[in-house]
Amino acid sequence: MKPYDVIIIGGGVIGTSIARELSRYKLKVAILEKEEELAFGVSKSNSGIIHPGTQNPIHSLRGRLCVQGNALTRKMSRELGIDFKEVGELIVAFNEEDRLKLVQLKDEAEALGVPRLKIVDRAWLKINEPNLSPEVIAALYAPTAGIISPYRWVYDLAENAESNGVEIHASTKVEKILPSTRTGGDFEIYTSKGGFRSRYIVNAAGLFADDISRLVGIDDFKIRARLGEEFLLDKKKENITNHLIFPLPSKDSKGVLVIKTSDGNPMIGPTAQDVDSKTDLSTSAEGFKKVLSSAQRLVPSINGGDVIAYFAGLRPASGGDFIIRHEAKAPGFINVAGIQSPGLTAAPAIALMVSGLLKKNGLSLKRKLFFHHHRKREAHLFNIPLSETKRLIKRDPCYGDIVCRCEMVSAKEVTDAIKRGAKTLDGIKFRTRAQSGRCHGSFCTTRLMKILEEETGKKPTDITKRGKGSEIVKEDRLCD
Amino acid sequence: MIERDLVIVGGGPAGMAAAISARESGVKDILLLERDQYLGGILNQCVHTGFGIEYFKEVLTGPEYGNRFVEKIKGAPEIEISLRSLVVKLTKDKTLTYIKPGVMEEVRAKAVIMATGCREKTREMVHIPGTRPSGIFSAGLAQKLINIEGLLPGKEVVVVGSGDIGLIMARRFTLEGARVKAVIEIQEKSRGLIRNVAQCIEDFDIPIYFRHKILRICGLDRVEKVVVVKVDENFNDIPSSSFEISCDTVLMSVGLIPENELIEMAGVEIDRKTNQPVSKEVNKTSIPGIFCCGNSFKIYDLADWVSKESAVAGKMAAEYIRSLK
Amino acid sequence: MIKRLTCIECPKGCLLSIEIENCRVVKVSGNECPKGEKYAVQEIENPMRILTSAVLAEGLTLKMVPVRTDKPIPKSRIMEAMDEVKKLRLKEPVKSGSVIVDNFLGIGINLLSTRTVSKT
Repeated sequence: MKPYDVIIIGGGVIGTSIARELSRYKLKVAILEKEEELAFGVSKSNSGIIHPGTQNPIHSLRGRLCVQGNALTRKMSRELGIDFKEVGELIVAFNEEDRLKLVQLKDEAEALGVPRLKIVDRAWLKINEPNLSPEVIAALYAPTAGIISPYRWVYDLAENAESNGVEIHASTKVEKILPSTRTGGDFEIYTSKGGFRSRYIVNAAGLFADDISRLVGIDDFKIRARLGEEFLLDKKKENITNHLIFPLPSKDSKGVLVIKTSDGNPMIGPTAQDVDSKTDLSTSAEGFKKVLSSAQRLVPSINGGDVIAYFAGLRPASGGDFIIRHEAKAPGFINVAGIQSPGLTAAPAIALMVSGLLKKNGLSLKRKLFFHHHRKREAHLFNIPLSETKRLIKRDPCYGDIVCRCEMVSAKEVTDAIKRGAKTLDGIKFRTRAQSGRCHGSFCTTRLMKILEEETGKKPTDITKRGKGSEIVKEDRLCD
Repeated sequence: MIERDLVIVGGGPAGMAAAISARESGVKDILLLERDQYLGGILNQCVHTGFGIEYFKEVLTGPEYGNRFVEKIKGAPEIEISLRSLVVKLTKDKTLTYIKPGVMEEVRAKAVIMATGCREKTREMVHIPGTRPSGIFSAGLAQKLINIEGLLPGKEVVVVGSGDIGLIMARRFTLEGARVKAVIEIQEKSRGLIRNVAQCIEDFDIPIYFRHKILRICGLDRVEKVVVVKVDENFNDIPSSSFEISCDTVLMSVGLIPENELIEMAGVEIDRKTNQPVSKEVNKTSIPGIFCCGNSFKIYDLADWVSKESAVAGKMAAEYIRSLK
Repeated sequence: MIKRLTCIECPKGCLLSIEIENCRVVKVSGNECPKGEKYAVQEIENPMRILTSAVLAEGLTLKMVPVRTDKPIPKSRIMEAMDEVKKLRLKEPVKSGSVIVDNFLGIGINLLSTRTVSKT
């Protein structure tokens, strides 16, 4: 069997962005993802912010890639049929000392190429951000900040990459790699689902990038997990703010934000806490208290009763800037590690940089004759007017079969999601929003399980929340 | 636009009682919209007895109780039943938009009775920290999984909250062969009916921990254990009292919330804290001609009382329609 | 010995104090009406329960058909009864209230369907 040209380890936003970029060329490319579905690692806890580029050190790689990525994401979001909303960002100051810091942030950001920055005063804030604390005296306004759905972005990138020939192998955990220097040619990759051979490897394995890198003998960096707890507010509070609200950054985090999400719910958080475990995603009572009080400092009218959901994510922290480099000691191996914020924003720019690195190191990039730039946007009843819904129902009756009543998700959208790769309840949730509403799946879970059973042939006892080990039910009377 | 005299949203115990009573009070044109494939609402999954003691002076199960009403509705020429029909919009001038497979319909009604029932409070609403594994269920979902789908959600269960649904499900799980290791209740006594505490908890020697709460849920992919802690009279944690219970299932039975997002959309005044319609009289809302009955008006302990008061709603709607002439 | 029980015959829920000798009730106190005494004797000497559950169906419009015993059965035999319920497979349509198993457990009570179900 012909070896792959490039194997990408990790199917999050970075891995799928790189795959989509490489799918322009006549290459045999595959993504290996250890979870049951893409985006189930770091990417699923992403807050969905497309950063303007502020708050990055002037000569940093991540700063440069963030500014570039902001522009690229806008263009690509149109191609791939996903909503990108430009909402703008305000970094706020409570006193004169802070205001001076804003000026410094503005200068640094402008040096990186962040456009249209402006320092706004109390009067501007009163009109344009009325619920902001009256104690805020000024803010740095960066209009090019935007929001996107982070996991739908991953799925849309993956789908487009797949339609352009990329193979996606989920539930495939890389266990051992024999480097090209040993085999005298290609890498030999041993996984839980068999062996793969590839000329090049791109390591985009998120929290486990250091473990993967060590498999080829490169161990000069360590990825530590930094926990962030986030709290979602009721969608009824959608317009509590107009922009993304940031406090001044601390030494190692952007602080607790009050943000808007692509689906409408405001979100507050995250915390920033170094943890030992790379898998424990616990939230805490202390985290809730801290986030609530920090958020209330920015927007006093937020109260605990508005919180309807919460989750935690782990940032893959390398202790410094992005690590994106070809490894001379393991020729053909490219590390893409420590991609914390602004990783989501930078993703398309990272993809370009990686394809450049591959080319520089001997991979011939020949453009395909037919590259599918566009991906057809799928219909979601929750963000179209009823008149449009009526049209859809006439065209396909299954749009009228509502499965999730809180978020108005039809059976058609659920079966489409499964056809596009959803295998688990979380996979359906991330693609359609079914189970994300007020009742958190109490109403729709049984129907979703039935549809999964019909579409995939899975037994009810094999249906999981997010992969093996998270089965929903233990026994079926049918098998007694 | 289709014009109807009376549209009733919800074909559970409230909607059915209201429909029958409206018909008996002279309403000749009733459209009953039910989102499921059958009438009966929550009654279909309540396989236990405890229904009809007051209304029919008999000891009935949920489905039997519901059937009494279904029999009266089926074949009543004045009542049109539309199943698999979900109402997605209601306006203050009583125009409803509903969706069913292949169809979206707009209806203008002279009077509307909302009988949309209630939903359960989730783990997130009571802010229980910890991980988010599979194995956490609202009691109602667990009931549906067992009684309608024949699926057993878990084998070692901790029930949070001693309300009736939690107690009923503690027994249900035990009968299906699971082990209910504890019921955790933050108040000093059970909130459920005495009958349920006796026959669901005491019968099976299930420990109830009063004045306790769940401090944290643990488990990577599936629930593995909960950490429980005692609370004082002010509901503050007593940290030294914490202990763990290993389990694979957490059953949430911590309260019910009336489902009133539709009438809120229509501009009906809603109490922010309880989600009930603000009202001085049972079944009435701040918009004349829009009535609300059953659990969507307020949470009832017995279906019998739902039927009794929803029948009043049917009469009120009939009176209102007459007054329009 | 003394056993304490909450009476469930009415919402009052009187706390009964029951004196037991040789597994028979000798005295009941704490009840505000005669129903309480009757309940205490039944509960101590021969507790009975109505069993409600669901039976697996084959080829019918519902996967699970809810069932009940038409009369209470001894509490001590509840789990045995559940084992029997789990073995059942309903293959014919039934109306709500009709008998699925007569002389269930051989003690003269019947297992009834509580829901009407037809063939697919």
